[in-house]
This record gives sequence, C-alpha cells and structure tokens, in this order.
Amino acid sequence: MKSRPFSKIAAGLAASLVLAAGTALAQTKPKVSFVYVGPVGDMGWSYQHHQGLEAIKKEFGDRIETNFVENVPEGPDAERVIDQLAATGSSLVFTTSFGFMNPTLKVAARHPKVKFEHATGFKQAPNVATYNARFYEGRHVIGLIAGKMTKTNTIGYIASFPIPEVVMGINAAYLAARSVNPAVKLKVVWVSTWFDPGKEAAAAKALVDQGADILMQHTDSPAPVKYAAEKGIFAFGQASDMTQFAPEKHLTAIIDNWNPYYIARVKALLDGTWKSGDTWDGIKEGTVVFAPWSKAIPADVVKLAETARDEIAAGTRHPFTGPVNKQDGTPWLKAGEKATDKDLSSMNFYVAGMEGSVPK
Amino acid sequence: MLKLEPRREPSALMFYVTPFLAIALTLAAGLLLFRILGKPPVAAMQLIFIEPLRSLRGVSELLVKATPLILIACGLALGFRANVWNIGAEGQFAAGALSGGAVALAVYPATGWWLLPLMSLAGIAGGAAWAAIPALLRTRYNTSEILVSLMLAYVAVLLLGSLVHGALRDPDGMNFPESRLFQTALPVMIPGTRAHVGFLVALAVAGAAWLLLERHMAGFQIKVLGQAPRAARFGGFSEKRLIWACFLVSGGAAGLAGLFEAAGPVGQLVPALPAGYGFTAIIVAFLGRLHPAGIVLAGLLMALTYIGGETAQISMSLPSATTSVFQGMFLFFLLATDVLVAYRPRWIATRPARAGRPLQPPAKVEA
Amino acid sequence: MELLANILISAMIAATPLVLAATGELVAERSGVLNLGVEGMMIIGAIAGFAALLASGSVLVGLLAAMLGGALMAFLFGVLTLTFRANQVASGLALTMFGLGLSALWGQGYSGRSAPPFPRLSIPGLSDLPILGRLVFGQDGLVYLSLALVAAVAYVLARTRAGLVLRAVGENHHAAHAIGYSVVGVRYLAVMFGGAMAGLGGAYLSLVQTPLWVERMTAGRGWIALALVVFAAWRPWRALLGAYLFGLITILQLHSQALGLEVDAQLLSMVPYLATIVVLVLISRDSARARLAAPACLGKSFHASS
Repeated sequence: MKSRPFSKIAAGLAASLVLAAGTALAQTKPKVSFVYVGPVGDMGWSYQHHQGLEAIKKEFGDRIETNFVENVPEGPDAERVIDQLAATGSSLVFTTSFGFMNPTLKVAARHPKVKFEHATGFKQAPNVATYNARFYEGRHVIGLIAGKMTKTNTIGYIASFPIPEVVMGINAAYLAARSVNPAVKLKVVWVSTWFDPGKEAAAAKALVDQGADILMQHTDSPAPVKYAAEKGIFAFGQASDMTQFAPEKHLTAIIDNWNPYYIARVKALLDGTWKSGDTWDGIKEGTVVFAPWSKAIPADVVKLAETARDEIAAGTRHPFTGPVNKQDGTPWLKAGEKATDKDLSSMNFYVAGMEGSVPK
Repeated sequence: MLKLEPRREPSALMFYVTPFLAIALTLAAGLLLFRILGKPPVAAMQLIFIEPLRSLRGVSELLVKATPLILIACGLALGFRANVWNIGAEGQFAAGALSGGAVALAVYPATGWWLLPLMSLAGIAGGAAWAAIPALLRTRYNTSEILVSLMLAYVAVLLLGSLVHGALRDPDGMNFPESRLFQTALPVMIPGTRAHVGFLVALAVAGAAWLLLERHMAGFQIKVLGQAPRAARFGGFSEKRLIWACFLVSGGAAGLAGLFEAAGPVGQLVPALPAGYGFTAIIVAFLGRLHPAGIVLAGLLMALTYIGGETAQISMSLPSATTSVFQGMFLFFLLATDVLVAYRPRWIATRPARAGRPLQPPAKVEA
Repeated sequence: MELLANILISAMIAATPLVLAATGELVAERSGVLNLGVEGMMIIGAIAGFAALLASGSVLVGLLAAMLGGALMAFLFGVLTLTFRANQVASGLALTMFGLGLSALWGQGYSGRSAPPFPRLSIPGLSDLPILGRLVFGQDGLVYLSLALVAAVAYVLARTRAGLVLRAVGENHHAAHAIGYSVVGVRYLAVMFGGAMAGLGGAYLSLVQTPLWVERMTAGRGWIALALVVFAAWRPWRALLGAYLFGLITILQLHSQALGLEVDAQLLSMVPYLATIVVLVLISRDSARARLAAPACLGKSFHASS
C-alpha cells in the first residue's frame, strides 16, 4: 500500500507533463478565449455569448482552440483573469461585459501581440476592438407588436439600470408602440439588478397589477416570461428564445446572435486581416434576430413586424426618426432627421410622452 | 463513544498543528470532490495549488489578492481576540474606497505627490468612521455589534453603488456607472506586474499588530478582555475604550484596504469594487489563528485558492463555484479541528453510568 | 381597491420566504445559537427542492427535499459549533460560502429547466369574492403554512414546556444543564428546525415565486431574514410583521415606479437594514426592556464537564 501515494504523485507528474505538452501544441493553433460576467447557464446574456463560442468551435473545428471563464465579477478580479488568458497563449480574447472595459485596455497595453474585443464599450486601442448590437432595432419591432396587441393600452417594461443601452431600448419600444397605437402607455419598473428572478417576477406582477397586459424586459432571467405564462398574458423573451418558459404566451424574443460576428472575427484572425474598430451590428447583419413569431400574433401584425424588420435591414427605416422631442419638451430630432449613433450611445433621457423619469 | 475532555492548558502543539491538519483534510476532500466532478483530481490540485506559484505573474497576482485580505484580517484579529465582533469589514472597505476615491475625484485633475497620502488618509478615516457607528451603538446602548456592523456592510455597498450611478459618475463615461479613472495610482513594486506597494504596507501593519499584541500593554488588555471580561473590569481596563479602539483600528485598516484596491489594481470606483474581501478576511483571521504572522500566511494561502481556482477554470473548465465549495470546506475543517486545541479526544468504549450531578461547576467556554 | 388587494398579495408573496427563514432562525437563536448561514441553507433548499420536483413530479417531494437539504446543512453547522464548539460567526459564514458554491455545482444541469406552476388554493365561491377573496382564500399553500408556522412557533415558545426548555437553554445554558436538560441536544433540534425552514424558504423562491432554478437566486434574502429576527426582538409575530413590512416596501417601491412616482431604488433598498439598526438600538438601550433583547447565551458555546 505504500506505493499508493507515490503512484499518485507519478500520475500527477504525468498529468502535468501532458498538460505542458498540450500547451506547447496549442501554440501552433490560435486560441480564442471568452470572459463572461455571469454563469453560462443564465439563459440570457452570458449564455448567448457562449452560444457564439460553440458556433466558432463548430465552424473552425480543430483549426483553433477555445476556452472561457464564467462568473467573472466586474471588479478587481477581472483584470487578472483577462491577463491570465493573454499570458497563457490566447490570441484573441472576447470580454463580454461593460465593466471589463478598463481592465481589458490595461491588459491589452501589456500584451500588444494579443488581440482583444470588448462588448458594449466605447474605448478602443490598436489591439482592442469594440462591438455591440443594435438591440433597439429589435425593440422597435416588438414595440410595434405590443402596441397592436395590448388591450389595456399598457405595456409593462422591466428595466435593470439606467444606462444608455437600456434607456435607448425603452424609447425605441415606446416610439414604435405609439406609432401604431397613439393611446398606448409604457410603464417602466427599474429593479436595479440584471439578475434576480424573485425581484423580476415581483416587478412583473406589479406591472400586471397596474394594468399591463404585455411584458417586455431588459433583465436576464426568464422569470417575467414565466410569470406572464401563469397570468395568461403575453411577454417577449430577452437575449435568448424563451418559448420553453411560456409556450402559449411567448410572442417572440429579441435574440442576441453573436455567432456571425464571432465567426467573422475569428476568420479575420486566421487570415491575418484582424483590425481594431468599433462594430455596431443589427438586424441587417443578423446579430439581432427574432424567435419564431407566436401563433397568437394576428397575421396583419406579423406582416407589420416583418415589414419593419425588413425595412430596417434594408436601411430604409430607422427606429429613431424625427420629429421626436425629449420628455421635457425640448426638441431632439427634426422631422425626418435620424438619431446619430453618438446620440444613442449616450442617451439618458426619455422621449416626449413617456411617464416617470430616468433614475439618476 | 468519542468524548471530549477539556485540557488544563490549551495545547500549544495542536495550536500550530491543526491548521495543517485542516489543509490536509481539505486536500483529501478536494480529491474526492474532483473525482465526483469527473476531473482528474491530482492534476486539478496541482493547477490550483502549484501552477500559480510557478510564474512571476502568478506570484505577483497572489500578492495583489492577498493585500486586502491581510490588511483587513490584521485589524479584525485585534477585535476578535477581545471578543469584539466586527463582521462588517466589507462595509468599511467600501466606505474607505468611497471616501478616498472621492478625494481624488474632488480635486480632479489636480495631482501631485500629496494626493496619494491624502487619499489614503481619507480612506482610513472613511473606514474608521463607518466602524465607529457599531462602536458607538455598542458602547452607548449595548447594541450587538455583530448585527449592526453586518447591516452597515450592506448599506455601504448600496451607497457605493448609488453614488457611482449618480454623483460620482464619470461625466465623460456615456452615463455608465463608473467613476473617472483616478489621476494617480499606487506605485507598482515589480515592474510589468500589478503587485503594488500596498502589500508592503500590509506587511508593516501586520508587524505593527504583532508588536502591539506581544509587547504592548494594549495587547495584554485585549487578551484579558477576550478571555476574562470580568477580570478585565477588576483590572481597571476600560472595556469601552478597548471596544472603540478595536473598531477604529479594524475599520481604518479595512478602509485603507478599500482605497488600495480602488487606487491600485482597479484605478477607479466601480459598483463591484467590494468583491467580498471583508467577509473572506474573517476566514483569514481565523485561519491565521488571530496572529499577525499566521494571518500573512493565511492571506497568501486564501489568495492562492482564488487564483488557482481561476487557473483550473481556464485550463480544465472547472466550474467557478468549485472555489467557494473548497473555501467553505477548508473553513469547516479548520473550525472542526480547532477543538483539539482546547480539548482532548478520548475514546470511551461504553457509556459510563451517570454519576449524578457533575462535581465541579461546569466550565464555561467562550466562543 | 383591486390594486390595493394586488399589492397586498404581492407583498405576502415577497415576504413568505423571509417569514419561513426568519421564523426558523428565530427558533435557533432562541436556543442560543447564532447561525449566520441562513443564505447558504436557503439556496441549498432552493436547488434541492427544484431537483426533487423535476425528478419526482411531486410538489410535496420537492418541499420535503428542500427541508431535508436545509436541515442537513444545519446539521453540519451543529456538528461544528455544538459538537466541536467552533466559533458560530465563522461557521455560519463558512456555511453560506459552502452552500452558494455547492448549489451552483449541483444546479448546473438545472439552469433553464422549467417547473410546473405551483397549485393555488381555490375555494369555489370564497376565492371569487372581490378583494378579500383572493387575499384570504386564493394564495398558495405555503403562504398559509408560513402563517401556521408562525402561530405554532409563537404558541410553543410561550405556552409549552418544550418552549420553556428551549428558552431556558438559550437564556442560561448552565442552569438548564444543571436541571438535567441536554443543552446540546435541544440546540441541535433548534438549529435543524431553522435549517429546514430556511430550506423551505429557498424552495418558495424556486418552486413557487419564479418557479425556476438559477444560481444565487436567493440574492441576499438570507441576510434579510437574519436582520428580521433582530428587528422582531426574537418574537415570532413581530418577525411576521417585519417580513410583511419588508415585502410591502419592496412591492410599493415597484408599484410607485409603475405609477410614475420618483423613488431612488438603491436608496430605498437600504431601508430594511437601517430600520433594523434603529430597532436594535431601541430594544437594547433600555435596560428595563432588556428582557426583549437577545437571548443571553446567543453565540456562546456550551461545554459541561461531567
């Protein structure tokens, strides 16, 4: 029995040798890494990025290696994790949450040969690209559906934090809903969290109690959709197709489909054509897609939604087209004027007609 | 059955042996855990405990992660020895980062040699002020400091979040909840890494705490208050003064740790800044036997489990939850084996017939 | 009026996990044990209940599994603090850390799976009454169970011999031991009861309120339950009141937003913690009312040399 610990040590050494060999081999193959803020099983934001990882695995097979780190808090630990990926042979690192912006830039400065891509940020560097998706285009389409289908003329919206991304989504949905239903109201509840199923369900209930009969959300858990199913009202999924949580009541979902972007960027890496930049893709590029329309949506409304979707893809429609005033009455967009990307990405006001105010 | 007999004197041998016993038990349980998870156990262990130590990068990150843990735990240990339970260091950490960071943001963009010391002082003051609330309530109204300091930890973290979303938000930051990047940063010790001089300060604080505990009258008073509060009162020590001192020192240390974290590795105020150091430091304090030297070692070991856990996640796709299971088990074993310091296990074959009431008065064992 | 009833119903739902966990912890603390691991026990209850429900298809099995899971965690805490006399504060923190990690590992295969909706009481006629109908007769079973639990705990503590023993152990363990009661035995039972109730509270989140399993879904409710016990000055009915007040604040905050009133969500979420501190000070400042304050042996280890 005495040889037992020894054999374990030997096994350990062998294992470490294999590992070391594995690392040596890996250097011939580019490694692509992902950093997630949540668990891959959140069914929302991180889950969809992870789908992107699966897509590049499938696309490029054994031409690349991949790895990922989940549950990385947006605090002091983020920089270490990103640095460790860069230092251990990654060629391309995707950091997929806003709070990773400054850590990514700091690591990138130390590893000029490694390429980085930061989702939703606004600071670039020669080896740091940024990317985001025009989710407001999706919000426009579901806003149209909601405006048409609400019986109580009240849409409920569960919001996370008052950052431009979220405020922009609220405004896009409201403007679209009002364009087909002038009497519509959009009620917003801020839950100050991206992810707390209990609180999201409570917010959903509060909205329903105040007359909302269709729910939209900008938080990540399926709890509001699940609640809608129980109450027998309609809801839109967020980030991923949430049909399974409300087979009858899930109208559609705005799906974050990062796959085409990730495939294109990995391809650029392999071809040696990777360049830094700022990408903001939407419906046209296939980054913002919709879950299958529910059978509950009437045919004319499906047609309306599809027209909007196709016009946005063709570039003939912009969800923020004037005349639009700000909530306080000051003019924002003149008739026919389209909002600039800069306006959108720093938006911190409601448009005219919205009730309540953006929390400070 | 197994019976525990109190020792006449706490066992000095066991005092030093049990932490290692706990480590050994954790490793054994860890091997089992990895087997259940279907990961190669020995290789996983090696990734967690050895791999980070094999590179300068790993070692420097170890120092970065250990710095706040050591700083906070040294302060807490003083209080724990005196039976003063500050478990809200997380809040004092946040308060320190907030007040120190606010100084930098208030004078922005002015900078100079004076700024960092000023921020540090503000950080210490902020942490100490936050800790003064439970101290005041305890000494004035006899309110449980455990619960007050814990409640205030949540308040401070929410306050930090609220201010970073509002008043302290970066005006050029597209309305995202982050402050500006500070115009100054803690100097880095090892070029090319993140290891900052905060670690040296943590070591100095540990040294000072050691001197205080071993060589100074206050250290003696703290021990007496912890072990025999009534004797302390007869001895003429002011319990209130000691409570105040314990809270101000531990709060100040936690505040400094918070400011170091904000002005060092992070470089700005972010809502996620308090990443649980204040709670982990409680474990570090116990693991280090409430002794500054032990705390330095325990802080480094705890930091190793974090960094090793990340390494294992990256190269072996070990779920991140494994780290907290591991740390929880570690503490369980440590706390369980601690009993050997004060008690002697005795195997008694059959239950002895009860001989009526105990002869001597039952010994009271303080927590 | 319809809105008022809805708000009250929502507040009760938001409060029920807190009522369950706080009442359990209250019993443990009355026996002199401070278990800071409520969050860890709740989250284990949430995953244990969810996993058992999916495996068996039975809500009852799910709830029992949640209670068992919470009680096992509490047993672990008992072994540490009661048998090995470890420090209760550190053990409780370790229990929370361990529970959060273990539940995340265990739950990996359960993310994104859907549980059947929880059955709700429906008495034809009564449940259809306006306002009061749904408030009084239309809730899910656990809401009634939590109310019954509070009543039972209040009765047992105040009126029965078992309650007397429990309080004696918590107030003066040496005296209780001298009379011949097993201090450690009573505390084991109390702590495990607390664990079972915390587990049930966690299961309320994963089986009734959402019903889903997601990592860290308790989101700090265990700590609020701990605060509530203190807020309640260790009295069951006050714990219920505190939990309902807390639920009401949470829900009112959401409703006031939907109504378009301005409130700072983050500042408002500090209110429960601050209120707890105020109550703590109020009950501890007056030595004449010290009876209301913490059980005298709270947090202290016991060893009888015999």
